[in-house]
Amino acid sequence: MRTPGARSGIARHLLLAPTAIFAAAPFLWMVTLSLRSGPEMFTEPLRLIPTNLAGLENYGTALREVPMLRFLANGVIVCGGILALQLLTSAPCAYALAKHQFRGRGALFTTVIIALMIPPQILTIPLFVGLYSAGLLDSYAALILPSAVSPFAIFLLTQAFRTIPDDLVHAARLDGLSELSIVWRIMVPAAAPAVLAFSILSIVAHWNDLLWPLIAIQDRNLATPPLGVLLFRNQEAGDEYGPLMASAVLIVAPLIVAFLAAQKRFIKGLTYAT
Amino acid sequence: MTAVASIPLAHDPAPSVPQSRAALLSYGLTAPALIGVFVLILLPAASVLGLALTDWQFGAKRLSFIGVANFRKLWADPVFWKAAANTALYAAIVIPGTIMLGLAVSLLIHARSSFKSVYQAIHFIPVMATMAAMAIVWESMLHPTIGLVNHLLSMAGLGGRNWLRDPAMVLPTLAVIGIWQQFGFAMVLFMSGLQSIPKELYEAARADGAASAFDRFFIVTLPMLGPVALFIAVVTAIRSLQVFDTVQVLTQGGPNGASEVLLHRLYVEAFGFLRTGYGAAFTVVFTAAVAILTVLQTRTLDRRVHYA
Repeated sequence: MRTPGARSGIARHLLLAPTAIFAAAPFLWMVTLSLRSGPEMFTEPLRLIPTNLAGLENYGTALREVPMLRFLANGVIVCGGILALQLLTSAPCAYALAKHQFRGRGALFTTVIIALMIPPQILTIPLFVGLYSAGLLDSYAALILPSAVSPFAIFLLTQAFRTIPDDLVHAARLDGLSELSIVWRIMVPAAAPAVLAFSILSIVAHWNDLLWPLIAIQDRNLATPPLGVLLFRNQEAGDEYGPLMASAVLIVAPLIVAFLAAQKRFIKGLTYAT
Repeated sequence: MTAVASIPLAHDPAPSVPQSRAALLSYGLTAPALIGVFVLILLPAASVLGLALTDWQFGAKRLSFIGVANFRKLWADPVFWKAAANTALYAAIVIPGTIMLGLAVSLLIHARSSFKSVYQAIHFIPVMATMAAMAIVWESMLHPTIGLVNHLLSMAGLGGRNWLRDPAMVLPTLAVIGIWQQFGFAMVLFMSGLQSIPKELYEAARADGAASAFDRFFIVTLPMLGPVALFIAVVTAIRSLQVFDTVQVLTQGGPNGASEVLLHRLYVEAFGFLRTGYGAAFTVVFTAAVAILTVLQTRTLDRRVHYA
């Protein structure tokens, strides 16, 4: 049993190596280029380890001149603002749907399901026109408000809150907690895994989104990371690979570092929608 | 709607709060979300249908009702059909590629426990990587003279190509990038499918004469993964239909329309040319396609939950 087992174990590694390299190659290539100086890039394209440390210079340029620091801060503001609004609107609603009895509850839940089925791309034109009429294009509001409500969050939290025992709610009421305190101090902590899974999904989706910032933003200072790196790429003629790749690393790194720190939670969050 | 509202609800009413005050509380708790759903989702979605029946161009002072003329124009637009055909071809490469690669990798990872989570992490990273940034990286890898891909090919004695400027190669190249991003997602779903196959099924198959692991794979594993595979196919189809970032960053639909896809065309019509009415009609057709697949997704999700 042992020998064929060991052999098939090695075969497994040999077969997984090419797909792992396929998955990882762009990341390795990105990091290598980000650490090289301009001339070296063209003379020795396959050298993995750079001869001199142009890297620090590339990252300095990316952070100061691109200006990547600004784009990253925009990304944090936009993702944070969206997630905060989504949770603020959906958690109380989900609590009422899960634990209250009221006329129209079924209709409300059906409305949420219908909204859940609407693909976001259908909304781009009317939201663009609406934000233009309100004079809100080219602002943080234009990036945040369209995603302020998530039917998926309402649906997910309703399901999660339903599994929390009613006794907990009753006990909290006897203790004199208001309904809103019950939402934030009892329900949300008790449903923490679902809240966390949704948060990961929301942050990843909005950090990575290119289409909506492209539509809503003209002002370079408001660009989110994906839009910012694209503007930088278009502006440079393509010979500034070092700072460009350093910028790409800075955009991709936060999510990957977070993923490596909490692999299981990330996978759960990103496959939750399915 | 009253019929829906009167469906008996499975949960106990919340006692100890007086009836009328309780109702007010419930409406108060749901109001922000409800208003948001209407203002940000339902009304905009409905207004697209209205806009699609007008000739409005963004910024124009007036608009007139032109019936289904935008839809007729769309039907007669060769660029729309080119984009639809390209999107279909893109999906036709990405869906089977994602499923087969995802399945193969998940079976290999699942087979043993050594380095399981390392392999899983490596293959999953592209799923969450910012596509706009990674597309720029792919552009440099595919660069005709200094790119990694052509260098490796020339080392192997093969001729390189200008992957993103060659009309015959551009769509398959974008599809490979699409597979690169999605096969880790399929891998994770297949892994959970594999974990949920009861061990007894393999023992039963063995007792019934399926002697080799190969036989048991075809008798047990593959049929049990069927619903998961179907589900992944639908999810991948939806994402393929929505391909945008790589096209916008790498080709903008070029060369000469060879990589024009639906969502990119929609973006150009509505926000490049500001043909709002026409873009709205385009949106309606595009959305109908996505909606059909989304309904399929919920159907296959039910099956996945019940059988896998």
